[in-house]
Amino acid sequence: MWFLGFVLLLLKTAIVLTILLGLAAYLILVERKLLGRFQIRFGPNRAGPFGIWQPIADGIKMILKEDTIPQGADRVVFKYAPAVVATVAILIAAVIPFSRDAILWGYDIPMVISDLNVGLLYVLALSSLSVYGVALGGWASNSKYSLLGGIRGAAQMVSYELPLGLSLVPVVMLAGSFSLVDIVNAQACYPFVVVQPIAFVIFLIAAVAESKRLPFDLPEAENELNAGYHTEFSGMRFALYFIGEYVHMMVLGALVAVFFLGGWRGPWLPPVVWLVLKALMVPFFLIWTRATLPRLRYDQLMHFGWKLLIPIALLNILATGAVMLWLRG
Amino acid sequence: MAGNEVNILRAFYEGVAGLASAYRITLKHLFRKPITEQYPEYKRPLPARSRARIILTRDADGDERCVACFLCSAVCPVSCISMESGEREDGRRYAQWFRINFARCIYCGFCEEACPTLAIQLTPDFEFCQRDILKLVYEKEDLLVDHGGKNAEYDFYKHAGVAVKGDKGTHYQEAAPVNIKTNLP
Amino acid sequence: MTLHGLIFYLLASVILASTGMAITRRNLVHAVLYLVFSFIGSALLFCLFGAPFLALLQVIIYAGAIMVVFLFIVMMVKPDLSEGTVLPLRQLLPMVLFGFMYAVVGVLVAVTDPAGRAVLETAVAKPTEFGHYVFARHYLAVEIISLILLIGLMGALHLGREKVPKEPEEPS
Repeated sequence: MWFLGFVLLLLKTAIVLTILLGLAAYLILVERKLLGRFQIRFGPNRAGPFGIWQPIADGIKMILKEDTIPQGADRVVFKYAPAVVATVAILIAAVIPFSRDAILWGYDIPMVISDLNVGLLYVLALSSLSVYGVALGGWASNSKYSLLGGIRGAAQMVSYELPLGLSLVPVVMLAGSFSLVDIVNAQACYPFVVVQPIAFVIFLIAAVAESKRLPFDLPEAENELNAGYHTEFSGMRFALYFIGEYVHMMVLGALVAVFFLGGWRGPWLPPVVWLVLKALMVPFFLIWTRATLPRLRYDQLMHFGWKLLIPIALLNILATGAVMLWLRG
Repeated sequence: MAGNEVNILRAFYEGVAGLASAYRITLKHLFRKPITEQYPEYKRPLPARSRARIILTRDADGDERCVACFLCSAVCPVSCISMESGEREDGRRYAQWFRINFARCIYCGFCEEACPTLAIQLTPDFEFCQRDILKLVYEKEDLLVDHGGKNAEYDFYKHAGVAVKGDKGTHYQEAAPVNIKTNLP
Repeated sequence: MTLHGLIFYLLASVILASTGMAITRRNLVHAVLYLVFSFIGSALLFCLFGAPFLALLQVIIYAGAIMVVFLFIVMMVKPDLSEGTVLPLRQLLPMVLFGFMYAVVGVLVAVTDPAGRAVLETAVAKPTEFGHYVFARHYLAVEIISLILLIGLMGALHLGREKVPKEPEEPS
């Protein structure tokens, strides 16, 4: 029995990893395609029909590239910093429920790799750890651009973790649990976006800032810092940063789906399909934003986070608590 | 105080409306037909004066125009043109050999401007890259063509050394000749 | 030794080793990193004792926020610590003193209970129970701490505020 549970866990992990990494790889293609169409271009269309072999070609290219380590770099930190970003992004996927419990030969099999009773905090903890990949990668490269990118990244991600966490407090209050499975179960009647539109918007904005994408891509601002914290990385190490970013986008999509859009719940289609569809809405929105908005200035970024998002998030918590107390009588 | 709140609300509304209009415009672009020209499948017709592969042309009688005056070689900023001059029995000069190293050529067109006989000309054909860089050294046989290029009728020897018709000061935009017998203005 | 105990000793040795590395590194970024490892290790220790809530708070607050700020400052100011000994005498003495005290306590504990039974029952402190415990029983302490933090915040704001320079008076 113990052995069976272990095999089942491995199986679930393998399936989730495959789907997640596959989606992330193809998200790169989708982003380039969509960005092309937003700019009235075609985007990649040479590798196979509609460029469907592009991610594979990119992967082969990345693996075959020379792995350079700049002179004066802190070699150990430089080597392991990219892994932090990718690992952390992938680990978050462990607590995302992707279907209702399956019943197989009388056993109740939860369709989530690990139903932590503090799943939401686990998500926040991991996303707060991903700062290290950025800051250390920037520091270890021994380059001005990287260092500036790393410093910017550290400051930005620490600042936007606060609204990210605060915007989730009303969700926890409504669901009465930190567990992501319970949060999805609490949205059986209606998704939380209906009652928490402000928290939804704050979470989305903070999530964009956490994933360091436009208009918050100051850590890797191309025209100011070359590529910011990953300027000096090449080959597979750069690819790890890249994969980390896209996995992070997918995971954020899944988290938005779980926290605000009802997770895997939906009519007609199978639950997994619903989750993937909902999860893909966020990357699409991020790509759309990338095609639309220019980059913020650094002081604007900080003002926006500290002086606007955090007070609104706090007020939202207060209002939610008041309404809940009032409804309870 | 109330006015201030109205202002904040208006600023909020305007900000959101501005963002929304930006998103709307990009979304509209998403559904437009791409204007990209797919290059190897579709080759855009280039203007006749585009500067690419260099040719040596002939005049209307079929003679080589080049008189090996070395002006193109002298003006070339990257010194990619070289030649050796020779003289035919009728006294007309020609290039014994003529070589352009296209690996160095920057297609600036100075040679074309310098050429008095319109022999050296740039053509719109730009697709002649090679894997072996030495294959980009073009000899006279490779450069010489059988037509007159951009100005087929032009013949240097029909203009050079031919007396001007009409008196001094009668041509288009020509000032009257100075009377050297007087110093009055 | 049970599996539980094995994991505990493994984690404890990792924590001790990384803390030791942290206080002896010359490179401050490496020191910060070792300290982060140590914090994550103690978070795992919390997990082992049945307090996942505390464990994750430990990671979020200490590893995810405070150490990042440390790292941030180290990256910004780049202090040069290549000169001088790592542990000067005036830091070494208190360290030895406290280390000795802890060693004595540890030995006493080990001697009085050689069987090595766990003194505390492992209990799962769920977030709800934790919240009830903190906010129902110790609300005054929570309020006082939050007030102190607020005062600290205001003090930092006051100190960090840009001083508006007075218009220099025109020399007569």
